[in-house]
Amino acid sequence: MSGNGNAAIEAHQVSKRVRAPEGELVLLDGIDLAVAPGESVAVVGPSGAGKSTLLGLLAGLDTPSSGRIRLAGQELGALDEDGRAALRAGLVGFVFQSFQLLPNLTALENVMLPLELAGAGDAAASAREVLGRVGLGGRTAHYPHQLSGGEQQRVALARAFATRPRILFADEPTGNLDRRTGLAVGDLLFSLNREFATTLVLVTHDSALAERCARVVALADGRLADGA
Amino acid sequence: MRRLLRCALRGFWRDLRAGELQVLALALLVAAGAVSTVGFFTDRVQRALLGQAAEILAADLVVESSREAPAAWREEAARRGVASARTLSLRTVALAGERTQLVQLKAVDDGYPLRGQLRTAAAPGLPDEPADGLPEPGSVWVDVRLLQLLDLQVGARLGIGASELTVSRVLTFEPDRGANLFSIGPRVLLRWSDLAATQLVHPASRVHHHLLLAGPERALQGLRGWLAGRLGSDYELEGIDQARPELRSALARAEDFLNLAALASVLLAGVAVAMAASRYATRQADAAAVLRCLGASRRFVLGLHAVELGTLGVLAGLLGVLAGFAAQALIVDLLAGLFAGALPPPGATPALVGLLVALATLFGFALPPLQQLGAVSPLRVLRRDLGVPQPSVLAVYGLGLLATLGLMLWLSRNALLTWWLLAGTAATVLLLLGCAGGLLLALNALRLRSGLAWRFGLLNLARRARASVAQLLAFGLGLMVLLLLTVTRADLLGAWQRSLPADAPNLFLVNVQPDQVAPLRAHLQRLSGREPEFYPMVRGRLVARNGSAVAPDDYQEPRARRLVAREFNLSWLADLPPGNAVRAGAWWTGPAPAAEASVETGLAATLGLELGDRLTFRAAEREVEVTVTSLREVQWDSFRVNFFVVLPPGHIDDFPATWITSLRLPDDDPAALATLVRAFPSVTTIDVGALLGHVQRIIDRVTLAVEAVFGFTLLAGLAVLYAAIHATLDARRHEAALLRTLGARRSRLLHALAVEFAGLGLLAGLLAAAGASTAGWLLATQVLDLPYLASGWPWLLGPLGGALLVGLAGLAGTWRVIDQPPLGVLRRT
Repeated sequence: MSGNGNAAIEAHQVSKRVRAPEGELVLLDGIDLAVAPGESVAVVGPSGAGKSTLLGLLAGLDTPSSGRIRLAGQELGALDEDGRAALRAGLVGFVFQSFQLLPNLTALENVMLPLELAGAGDAAASAREVLGRVGLGGRTAHYPHQLSGGEQQRVALARAFATRPRILFADEPTGNLDRRTGLAVGDLLFSLNREFATTLVLVTHDSALAERCARVVALADGRLADGA
Repeated sequence: MRRLLRCALRGFWRDLRAGELQVLALALLVAAGAVSTVGFFTDRVQRALLGQAAEILAADLVVESSREAPAAWREEAARRGVASARTLSLRTVALAGERTQLVQLKAVDDGYPLRGQLRTAAAPGLPDEPADGLPEPGSVWVDVRLLQLLDLQVGARLGIGASELTVSRVLTFEPDRGANLFSIGPRVLLRWSDLAATQLVHPASRVHHHLLLAGPERALQGLRGWLAGRLGSDYELEGIDQARPELRSALARAEDFLNLAALASVLLAGVAVAMAASRYATRQADAAAVLRCLGASRRFVLGLHAVELGTLGVLAGLLGVLAGFAAQALIVDLLAGLFAGALPPPGATPALVGLLVALATLFGFALPPLQQLGAVSPLRVLRRDLGVPQPSVLAVYGLGLLATLGLMLWLSRNALLTWWLLAGTAATVLLLLGCAGGLLLALNALRLRSGLAWRFGLLNLARRARASVAQLLAFGLGLMVLLLLTVTRADLLGAWQRSLPADAPNLFLVNVQPDQVAPLRAHLQRLSGREPEFYPMVRGRLVARNGSAVAPDDYQEPRARRLVAREFNLSWLADLPPGNAVRAGAWWTGPAPAAEASVETGLAATLGLELGDRLTFRAAEREVEVTVTSLREVQWDSFRVNFFVVLPPGHIDDFPATWITSLRLPDDDPAALATLVRAFPSVTTIDVGALLGHVQRIIDRVTLAVEAVFGFTLLAGLAVLYAAIHATLDARRHEAALLRTLGARRSRLLHALAVEFAGLGLLAGLLAAAGASTAGWLLATQVLDLPYLASGWPWLLGPLGGALLVGLAGLAGTWRVIDQPPLGVLRRT
């Protein structure tokens, strides 16, 4: 860890252990990672390497067993779940492999959610605009089950970028999509990322997608490979 | 098949350990527990009540006739382990020196009374005590009234027929006296063995024979069946259920109340099961899809879950029955001392019923959601967004209600009560469905117009349309039953208790001559401090119907034959008396009504009388023809003066009539009755205090029992609320995690949840108030025959209590959802 106070994300000696029937299981072990503002980092590694766990910890969705994490200069360990949620609102965007759209909300309402949580003025107008940017201007009133997988992921991208977040976490964003749709969604992701100068942490199996990031770090057995 | 069973049982243990079956098991346990608690308890209470009622017959079963029952019947009874005792009563004259008095003589066998006890006192005014045995041979026990009328002392000799017997004690209580309410004349009780010597019984004498029977229920049932074919038209069998009308209606209502509690439990448990089963099906969808994908047939998947749920049903049902058994023992303990003597032990039937109810509710309410598991697409393994096909709300509740209907009809054996309860429920379900739809539309219009927490909370109702409707149904039904049980039940029980006020008459005065009415009225006014109501009474016999003569032989039924053979009490009244309700036709109005008659419904049914019939009555060699213009239902347990046939004034006013009145004599003034009897010796007094006391005690005890039983129904209602909240827990957990990921604060999520649940509760409470009021009104007026007083409480308590109860319960149920780290939740989906 560089100790650079200006880093968007810093992890210092982060470990995550869980209790399992066969004893304690180490998911992550002594991770040091710093991501500069505007940098794009891909985290790669085999299944079970701890990629998604790391992503969740960096985003403050879970707490490490030991170690410290700073997000946009803020020490996560000093915050309770509510404090971490408040930090995420407006600052962090997410894209998940399984889209994680609320099934009972329309595309527009799904995109409006983070805007409203961040207290944005005209959430509906902003949400419409972003949906237009991802090519779904005509599908605002559709529910997730009325959209294809690629379309759902585009709604998720719109939701992620709607608040113009400084940091975006993406967990296998193309993992549930066919190759062609995956490429299109990847293009969209990187184009929005460039446009909004977002810091990007991307977890993926897709080496082509990982190559598009400025830096690739490999995770194996809960540890970062040298050179991270 | 073996493979299926093995898989299902393994799945059962796995799901049980994983907590998947928790809510369903709880719902079933509560269902079986509530039903069997009610079952065990009502079984015991009903048997205790029957036991008490038996005292009024002095037996469990009575064969009544004008002829003595064949000795073979008593032998058959003895063979079956049923005790028997003969009684005979006849009207005769008692002689004391020069004075005579008409008395009601009763000869009784050894062993009499088979149920209850005689009480006697050593002399008038002395405290009485339970009698040990019967009068010594050669002696009699008599009413204090006879001693007063004949101016006798205990120890005096009394001439009865050809015998002279010694008055050895004063008879103060005779359990089966009530069964001969209108027996004229004081009682003289003697041994059966002394009867022959009186030479009073000969073929022409008018005597009433009773063969009293008492024994174990099963033996009695057998004997009843054996006797049924031998009774013919000369003998009539009277059980406790056919005992005095006052008691009969008190017992019938008690049963109705207790059944209401049982039925409400069944209904509630069903709703809880439906909600829990629906969640179970949703959660099992993935496993079903994988099984289908791996080649399992639709039938295999369905069979697997049917066996798994069946196992759960049996186990949870058994546990519920055990819980019910423990619970009823607890209630009995709590109510210790309220029942005279120990309650009889519970029978096995309620246990079986509890188990069957658990299985029937399980499959009635869980089948539609379960069936959908068979319809899960195997493609779901690839596309998790392929949802589980949802059964329609109507299918779930339709089948469930059908299953419940069958159960209810079977459990209550009271079709009327069942239908009204179901009608109330069905009306509420429809109302809830309609209103839920309306609400969703209204909330849709609110979209994008309010703050996030409010918007999210309120819109959640609209967004989760199907779940909201189902939850509204569950909450609405749950709250409706809770309201019905708390507010409406209090109203109904209150109305019942009021129907027999504390100052209900305990004394009837009959045979009052017209010239005695004024002085007696003055005397009674001094005595009781209130104006007594006097009713004229003309003894008349029904001689013709629609111009054709009526004779006892026209009827098969012994009661009908007796009614035609004897004289009725006819009266004339301008206004419908209290405690009477016209069920068909109309009561007369106007200053000079035509020759009409209002007939009591029971009498009309027995004699087959209908509206428009022309009836001819003969009284004192005069005849009057009247047209039946109304049929009246009489509240016999009101203890008021009531008549089978009433005419308007102006038609039999000049017939020879006597007057009747009723009053409440203060219990603490035993001399009052003696003064009255001396001042008006020719007036016949009938003391119904003992009978009244019995009915009042039954009402009081049953009220307590019903309240205790309703407590358990209340628990079932709360289980529904719990199941309803639990049913959407997964969706909420996911939603909360996502919202937390997107930056929502805890307080905001709580606020949204509070708005959603309180909104649900408010609306459900409003609808429940409407349902409970309607059901309460229907139950009161159509089933229980009680006056219904509209109450504002359901309308206040329903919405407020609903918002509070559902709001708090919802928050309590989802509290932990909010606290879970979002990562774990999101990774599971």
